[in-house]
Amino acid sequence: MEQVLFKYIQDPDQIKLDRYVEHGGYQAIQKVLKEYKREELIETVKKSGVRGRGGAGFPAGLKWSFVPQNLGKPIYLCCNADESEPGTCKDRVLMERDPHQVIEGIMIASYAINCHTAFIYVRGEFMYPASCLEKAIDEAYDKGYLGKGIFGTDYDLDIIVHTGGGAYICGEETALLSSLEGDRGLSRIRPPFPAVKGLYGCPTVVNNVETLASLVGIINHGIDWYRGFGTEKSPGTKIFSLSGNVNKPGNYEIPLGTPLSYVINELGGGIEDGHQLKAIIPGGSSTPLLMPDQIDTPLDYEAVVEAGSMLGSGAIIVIDERACMVWVAMKLINFYAHESCGKCTPCREGTAWLKRIINRIEHGEGRPGDIDLILDICNNIMGRTICPLGDAAVMPIESIIKHFRNEFEYHIEHKKCMVETSYTFK
Amino acid sequence: MILNEATVREIKKRAVRYPSRRSAILPALTAAYKQVGHLDAEIYRELARVIDVPYVEVAEAASFYTMFPKEEVGTYLIQVCHNISCSLRGADNMIEYLEEKLGIKLGDTTPDKMFTLISVECLGCCANAPMFQIDDKYYEDLTREKIDKIIDDLRARAEKDSK
Repeated sequence: MEQVLFKYIQDPDQIKLDRYVEHGGYQAIQKVLKEYKREELIETVKKSGVRGRGGAGFPAGLKWSFVPQNLGKPIYLCCNADESEPGTCKDRVLMERDPHQVIEGIMIASYAINCHTAFIYVRGEFMYPASCLEKAIDEAYDKGYLGKGIFGTDYDLDIIVHTGGGAYICGEETALLSSLEGDRGLSRIRPPFPAVKGLYGCPTVVNNVETLASLVGIINHGIDWYRGFGTEKSPGTKIFSLSGNVNKPGNYEIPLGTPLSYVINELGGGIEDGHQLKAIIPGGSSTPLLMPDQIDTPLDYEAVVEAGSMLGSGAIIVIDERACMVWVAMKLINFYAHESCGKCTPCREGTAWLKRIINRIEHGEGRPGDIDLILDICNNIMGRTICPLGDAAVMPIESIIKHFRNEFEYHIEHKKCMVETSYTFK
Repeated sequence: MILNEATVREIKKRAVRYPSRRSAILPALTAAYKQVGHLDAEIYRELARVIDVPYVEVAEAASFYTMFPKEEVGTYLIQVCHNISCSLRGADNMIEYLEEKLGIKLGDTTPDKMFTLISVECLGCCANAPMFQIDDKYYEDLTREKIDKIIDDLRARAEKDSK
């Protein structure tokens, strides 16, 4: 399959500016600066149909068009590199192996929204990817590709790498802005949306790393070429992070609309050591399960929703028959309870309660009525919080109970797993 | 002063790039953590002076971000991912192996103060599970054999450094 974002990632020198330029790098931004008015560029990206790759799938061009140009305030772009959704590990590859592609994408988006200072918010643990970006940015400044009067035009742009402190919530765009301002990473009520009132109270666009990197190909090769990949409503290619019980976990770039079975069986080499498929989390740990009979679901935004889940960040987590699903639910809820920022009561208290109940079931201390109690708490979190973290905690839990209620019942009744989880490392 | 000259220089270099001084808090915490290995109130006081913000703002931010240990840890902080993708590849079993190998329980530090073993949430390395992080480095696709070598190499490095 044709690789777009990953075309040169096997080349160890791709991280260097010279090699990136040899491979056609920094042509797209020059074309944009010389040939496009801002409105034309926004229109082009809208027509390309590229959608946000961080999880929400919101059309990127449309997001840009919400930025008011008449407020007399600076406009900011934040590249969201706080990759933290469990199962997701794709942006890291782009940052480590082709950082200039990310930088060029940021330049294109910055020009489109009339931004002169862009930030890259990298999760704190990603010290190495952040250093790759900083080295690449230094190189770009040395060449005059960043700073004042880029490529002989009157366009100025600075890019600043900002690292976080280990908080999942900061991947949510308003929490990211709070964190970038030096505050705790608490989400903010929308409206006002960041496009109008974001970083330092100024209009701000937050785009994911992969979304921004995709812009380079769109400008270089055109809308028709881009739309040649994927489906009508989900055009282009996307990187899927395949993890869990497959023979060949990895990051794979495929056209949207490719069947899930192709990713698991062909790219991933099938289920680990010949085990049986039990369930699939298709779009990062926040998304509801798909079951084995749904393995032919096409991986595009619409088809995965139709199948009852979400494409999310494209993180496919494969679970085989060795897993106790109460144990899976426990792993997930422990994460969300840990990461709830604490601002909204339903999420702060609810995830803590869910954690306590699911852990007691897993540890053989479940009580009759616990399953309904879990569902009741879920119902009191869903849709009642400022940001989507509450919903993200609830959706996989409800889905696991829907499909594997018998395992929870067995656990409560027999005080032990129906399936004893037995994963060993080699 | 706990913070050395290089750390202060690094913080000041980063701080001037932001439109607001407060934005330098996280980069400052990170720089201090990289030098000292953990954070505490004395460090917050020094950082507040370096970037010229109230102490409480530094302490407040630090309290929220879990990446920075708030008390002294071993020379090497082993942070094992125990989230779902790593668990499906045997992370729990790997933690048991590390406990046995280091002779400590999760959350503890070896008596020689060399290693602290903790588990953490997803580190974004799911396709190379199981994994752990030590300092700024990710150790991926871990096996017993790889872990044995990593621990031996770190011990040797620490011994060499102390000579």
